[in-house]
Amino acid sequence: MDLASTLPAAAFWLFAAITVLSGLMVISSRNPVHSVLWLILAFFSAAGLFVLMGAEFLAMLLVIVYVGAVAVLFLFVVMMLDINFVELRQGFLQYLPIGALIGLILLAELVTLGTAWTFGGDIALNAAAPMPALEQVENTAALGSVIYTDYIFIFQTAGLILLVAMIGAIVLTHRDRPGVKRQNIGKQNARRPEDAFELVDVEVGKGVPMPTKKG
Amino acid sequence: MVEALYNLFGGEGPFLYFLAVIASILGVVLPLTIAVAFAVYFDRKIWAAVQMRRGPNVVGPFGLLQSFADGIKLFLKETIIPAGANKVIFLMAPMITFTLALISWAVIPFDEGMAISDLNVGVLYILAISSLGVYGIIMSGWASNSRYAFLGGLRSAAQMVSYEVSIGFVLVCVLVKVGSLNLSDVVYAQEGGVLSWHFIPFFPIFIIFFISALAETNRPPFDLPEAEAELVAGYQVEYSSMAFALFFLGEYANILLMSIVMAILFFGGWYAPLPFLDFIPGFIWLFIKTALFFWMFAMVKAFVPRYRYDQLMRLGWKVFLPLSLAFVIIYSGVMVYAGWLPTNG
Repeated sequence: MDLASTLPAAAFWLFAAITVLSGLMVISSRNPVHSVLWLILAFFSAAGLFVLMGAEFLAMLLVIVYVGAVAVLFLFVVMMLDINFVELRQGFLQYLPIGALIGLILLAELVTLGTAWTFGGDIALNAAAPMPALEQVENTAALGSVIYTDYIFIFQTAGLILLVAMIGAIVLTHRDRPGVKRQNIGKQNARRPEDAFELVDVEVGKGVPMPTKKG
Repeated sequence: MVEALYNLFGGEGPFLYFLAVIASILGVVLPLTIAVAFAVYFDRKIWAAVQMRRGPNVVGPFGLLQSFADGIKLFLKETIIPAGANKVIFLMAPMITFTLALISWAVIPFDEGMAISDLNVGVLYILAISSLGVYGIIMSGWASNSRYAFLGGLRSAAQMVSYEVSIGFVLVCVLVKVGSLNLSDVVYAQEGGVLSWHFIPFFPIFIIFFISALAETNRPPFDLPEAEAELVAGYQVEYSSMAFALFFLGEYANILLMSIVMAILFFGGWYAPLPFLDFIPGFIWLFIKTALFFWMFAMVKAFVPRYRYDQLMRLGWKVFLPLSLAFVIIYSGVMVYAGWLPTNG
């Protein structure tokens, strides 16, 4: 028994089993909040699989982006929803055929891809950059030196698409409603005591005239 | 650290290696737990001193054993689970909080080569684990089935997600200068006395990091999730006994973690401030620096009033995010122009 080979193998089976099982629980658990929590576990064990493959940078990004941000928003939305569980279960059989059909098509496509995929013979020549051995270069540095040199335009385009999507989402959902009281921090900070009140010596039995409104 | 222990045990076979891993984990977690107990005590003492009170002074000499007495009290009390609560998630939430607070310490280099795991992506690991910390809070808020707890959980989640962004940008600035995501490399980059520590060139973003760390750990003035005046105690309102103790310990372990991360990123980690002080071991220097930052955390708690929630969100998104993004551009621009970029890797 060699420790160096058994331990990663055992870890792989552990993480793979957890990923698949929690994936199943995502679609089979009744409570949507539980589903999201199982989804988080699936993301997390997928990150573990990335670490085993030596892709530690991708693993950390998966945890930071998907688990740390995207799944939190999922959880937010699902928790806020007032879900009727009985209603949720209705119509299951009605949607089953079309769901199964889509699943089958996806499975067929995956199988076709998996079996028919071949690498061209001259892949090493066509690769944009020669690949150094995994041990010699850090994961993060390797990714950075490819993304920011050979694929910089594709990378920037991806970023721009995300920006456009974000602006689009804001424009579509943002509505300027009249009558909303909004804070103006600059105006508040610019306010001085002189603008807000005045000191008046009140004579006994006279009272004070109504103040004139300022700015 | 693991390797050193492994060699100390004789360096034979998987069992001894396993033993070495366990031993080094215990070697970090046990002192950490004791440090957390004393951190709670000192936090209360500092707070009391600012307000001209005595603070805890009954249990043990100068009240030093107060935290342990509180711990035993909480340990012996009954765990109450609310009737409408989701039992599994309700009990899982404090465990997750405490576990996540502990596992971040796996990558902290206490001295040269003294880390449980000297990860190449150590900085990202800490960022990832601290972004997971929100789950303990949001799960407890939801599972308690109480309005106060739920509101506290939602506030906390929004707050932590917001301030993580500016923490990330601050880290980018430092990492561009260091050229590595390894925490030990971050310290090596600050070798040579107090003048080469990062807080001098990075002073503005160090301030941003400190304030964001306060928000990230839900400390005053950003302790809105547990604002006792409006939300009773926020997400932990339904918790009692050990479950509450786990939240409490996790919170303080996170504060200590943020303090030590600041010491490593900006104050030269285990290095002595002046060369002739090198005879003092490195982990003692790191301890002193961490204690300094913890003191700053405690002082802020003592004399800054709590923010309003909209002010908090405005500070995170409209002030810190543009500022830290601008600093990323400025720092990397200056470094590219002056040719100061690190060449390794």
